[in-house]
Amino acid sequence: MNKSPVNNPDARLVLVCCGTGCIANGGLDVYRALQNELNGDEGVRVDAVTKGTGCHGMCARGPFVRIMPDDINYCQVKVSDVREIVEKTLHGGEVIKRLLFRDPRSKKTVKSHRDIDFYKRQHKIALRNVGVIDPASIEDYMARDGYQSLRKALFTMTPSQVIDEVVKAGLRGRGGAGFPTGLKWKACAAVDRLPRFIVCNGDEGDPGAFMDESVMEGDPHSILEGMAICAYAIGASAGFIYVRDEYAQSVASLGKAIEDARRHGFLGKNILGTALSFDIEIVRGGGAFVCGEETALLASIEGNVGEPRDKYVFPTERGLWGQPTVINNVETWANIPFIIHQGAASFASIGTAGSKGTKVFSVVGKVANTGLVEVPMGTTLREIIFDIAGGIPNGRKFKAVQTGGPSGGCIPESLLDLEVDFDSLARVGSMMGSGGMIVMDDRTCMVEVARYYLNFLAGESCGKCVPCREGIRRFGEILTRICQGKGTVDDLNLLESLSETVQSASLCALGRTAPNPVLSTLKYFREEYLEHIIRHRCPAGICKELTEFYIDPEFCNGCGLCAKMCPSQGIAGAKKQAHTIDQSKCIKCGECVDVCRFMAVKVR
Amino acid sequence: MATNGNQLETEEQFQEIITRYPTEQRYIMPIMHDLRNRYHYLPRKALEMAAAHLQVPLSQVYSMATFYKAFSLIPRGRVRLKTCDGTTCHIKGSQTIIEEVYKNLGIRPGETTPDREFSLETVNCIGACAIAPALIVNDKVYGKVTAASLKTIIREYGGRENE
Repeated sequence: MNKSPVNNPDARLVLVCCGTGCIANGGLDVYRALQNELNGDEGVRVDAVTKGTGCHGMCARGPFVRIMPDDINYCQVKVSDVREIVEKTLHGGEVIKRLLFRDPRSKKTVKSHRDIDFYKRQHKIALRNVGVIDPASIEDYMARDGYQSLRKALFTMTPSQVIDEVVKAGLRGRGGAGFPTGLKWKACAAVDRLPRFIVCNGDEGDPGAFMDESVMEGDPHSILEGMAICAYAIGASAGFIYVRDEYAQSVASLGKAIEDARRHGFLGKNILGTALSFDIEIVRGGGAFVCGEETALLASIEGNVGEPRDKYVFPTERGLWGQPTVINNVETWANIPFIIHQGAASFASIGTAGSKGTKVFSVVGKVANTGLVEVPMGTTLREIIFDIAGGIPNGRKFKAVQTGGPSGGCIPESLLDLEVDFDSLARVGSMMGSGGMIVMDDRTCMVEVARYYLNFLAGESCGKCVPCREGIRRFGEILTRICQGKGTVDDLNLLESLSETVQSASLCALGRTAPNPVLSTLKYFREEYLEHIIRHRCPAGICKELTEFYIDPEFCNGCGLCAKMCPSQGIAGAKKQAHTIDQSKCIKCGECVDVCRFMAVKVR
Repeated sequence: MATNGNQLETEEQFQEIITRYPTEQRYIMPIMHDLRNRYHYLPRKALEMAAAHLQVPLSQVYSMATFYKAFSLIPRGRVRLKTCDGTTCHIKGSQTIIEEVYKNLGIRPGETTPDREFSLETVNCIGACAIAPALIVNDKVYGKVTAASLKTIIREYGGRENE
């Protein structure tokens, strides 16, 4: 009998988010304080279970505490609030208004997460358990139909029926390229060589993306179950989860889950008494972005440097140690149990013609509600950025959204109504990638953004092939030149012809997609490049050599906030009088621009 | 016998870590992870012993140690500052943090202070974008770091400002 309370609608539960973002904001301390307060008190009158859960998604407002069954959501909870929460809310049934979420647009407080726009418009499949269950409890997972899909596959379906179901669901790989998952399995199963291997790609390297992290931390069993189902479908005996070095918590969470799954007979020899034997091992990455590329990742597991190879022959035929291998991304694996449990038709009914199901995006950067968002494929950029994530804070203006990681592209305001799926993003010169979505406002310099990505990629190019190793470095040099005001108009042509070479001649996807940030910014923000080159001016006030800030006396009311915040004491002025910036002291950090509530600090 | 922090580096200790793993090439990286977690860098002697144990050429171990960013052949400081330079942190001012660390401690990414107290490196996105810019000191994550709060953090770990 499963005693987990997570599926009992009347259970008194205190869910504390212990995702990476909330822990950095003190989430663990809040969790411990709540536990102490509830366990230590002898006269406890409430029977509440405190659970440390995975990420609730709204990381900017952590630590996040949800009290069930009333569905009271408290944001930015501090240890000093804990006693009050126990006394007033848990004992007294009273809502503490001060801790409720305040809608950034209507300024009203909201109690239930179902009334918060951020959650209301989401559709959770891959994240169905994240933030709801205690990731360290296999009982919690099982109470939410966990491992029912594995049972269903093992006892009521043949391996080829499982594969057909995944094919029919139309699931495409969530790691970036969007290859149909079912076809990948089918191809691997057709290769008549044993052993076959299964790999989970958890080397989430795109800066600004943390959806895989949240699944590995918050719902590790969904990945294990997905892999075990695949093992049955294709006849694999061993699986590996390759986790990014930076994700220590993911490693811990997955490790615990694997042990528990073995103990319950979901992994190991003769799973659930059947002929299937399959086990999973965790491999920690070494901090190399290129290892997100599947052939590089396989090389890394084998104990080699992470250099990709050309894919004339796919890993489904020659993968790990030359054996047939299925490699899928974390989010893809997390979708599998849902598809088997609910059926392919249910999954395929969500999404667009070419991209089925949902997609998790990490919406970060200059948005009000930074966090993880799962929406059906085909949702528009505008809905995601403005309706769910709350738009651009501090009264600033939307400028671009960057999708697809370092090799994706920047999409301008004119395309905000684009319905997001694998194909639509590719059409506008960007890509889905793993689902990073970085929102930029008018304080972001698009030339500098392109330079940042290309420098990032230059550092991450493995160096095996010349176009990528040398080409990306040249991009970095040219873009740096432009950022310093030393560029020429001819440089723009050079960037374009270089892009063509790197795109067509590089060995793997890292190089082939590397020019995307340059090409997309050149296409949509060419004016900004020309502004740097011809007028030696950075309109966003980011490129230090080309920036001079000044305070517009017409807007400045002399509040003195900028002078107080200036790290180099470079702003002076009398109280209630317009202030001025001492250019000799200014380090161009832009703190004054960002703190001014009256938009008085401007770029010359 | 060298020391790093409070960890003694002895051949017995190296051996203890290395022999946790069977003789297979794929265990090069796990061994390097364990060494790094203990010493915060990879001592040369330990790598030689690992190569012997795994029966792979030292050059193979060396190529991996230098390819993967998680590892360093140079000792790190007692206090290890890692600035996140993921996209979000970058557009929210990680460069300013790097500049400020240089102003305060005189080190650039990849460097260690001569007294081996502080070292600085940059990492690509730690997944804490909601609280950008982020700084990790040893294993603790600090969010929304500014030039002013950085000074406080450095002082907290016993650093003196060199102004």
